[in-house]
Amino acid sequence: MIKLEYYLIVSTLMFFIGIFGFITRKSMIAILISLELVLNAVEINFAAFNRYLFPEQMEGMFFTIFGIAITAAETAVALAIIINAYRLIGDININDATKLKG
Amino acid sequence: MSPIINLLIFGGLAVAMLIMSVMAITSKSLLRSATYLLLILICTAGLYLFLHYHFLAAVQVSVYAGGVVVLFVFAIFLTTPKDQVLLKHEYRRYVYAALITICGVGLVGFTLFKTKFIYAANPSVDGYLELPMQDIGRALMGTEKYQYLLPFEAISLLLLAAIIGGILIARKDKKDDGKDESLL
Repeated sequence: MIKLEYYLIVSTLMFFIGIFGFITRKSMIAILISLELVLNAVEINFAAFNRYLFPEQMEGMFFTIFGIAITAAETAVALAIIINAYRLIGDININDATKLKG
Repeated sequence: MSPIINLLIFGGLAVAMLIMSVMAITSKSLLRSATYLLLILICTAGLYLFLHYHFLAAVQVSVYAGGVVVLFVFAIFLTTPKDQVLLKHEYRRYVYAALITICGVGLVGFTLFKTKFIYAANPSVDGYLELPMQDIGRALMGTEKYQYLLPFEAISLLLLAAIIGGILIARKDKKDDGKDESLL
């Protein structure tokens, strides 16, 4: 039988791989991809907890669905910002985006 | 399916997901990262199928794999510099990131193994329990307890705001119309 812990181990490792990528990558799009990994890990947790601990209810599943929708909106806006930043500074290196530093 | 085969498939999915996560954050090419992300998201849909959340798996594939990754690919095409140079590594940043990651995994893992989860009497994970689509629809469209019309509408407003914001932010400036012709 697949235990709840197996899901949690997978999502924990995925979460921290995402955090590692978020800190180390330089390209803005790569950072956004790391962020997707983090969000995806969290959503696995919601669904697994819902199924194993409270299978009669569906709160975890709805949180996952709303989380997916919010992630889609966030990605769209973030990519629009990145494309605009590319037009302003010529590349998508996070260290070059210093216009707001003043 | 027998439990052993189930476990094997789950293990294969999980290991593939983790390996591809590492590849996605270490790969030099952004397009490769996006492809790994796509495969990870599809594997996640597989995990949802293991949990018998069929609707969730469908949403995951259609929204993530169909929408978000396509957005990523277009953004990568639009923003790749002409002379793509490999960025120098900052080893100090790697050290900090590794420290944070190891501490975090240690803390969460410790908590995970200390916790005894009280499983529901019948988690119906090995049995067959698909959530009926009617229940999902009623819960999304109702206003009573455990029903989600208000968040649903809030999400629709959020998506509208994201659409308008995306258009506003990524819009071409009128002034340098000629210069940016190649971008869009």
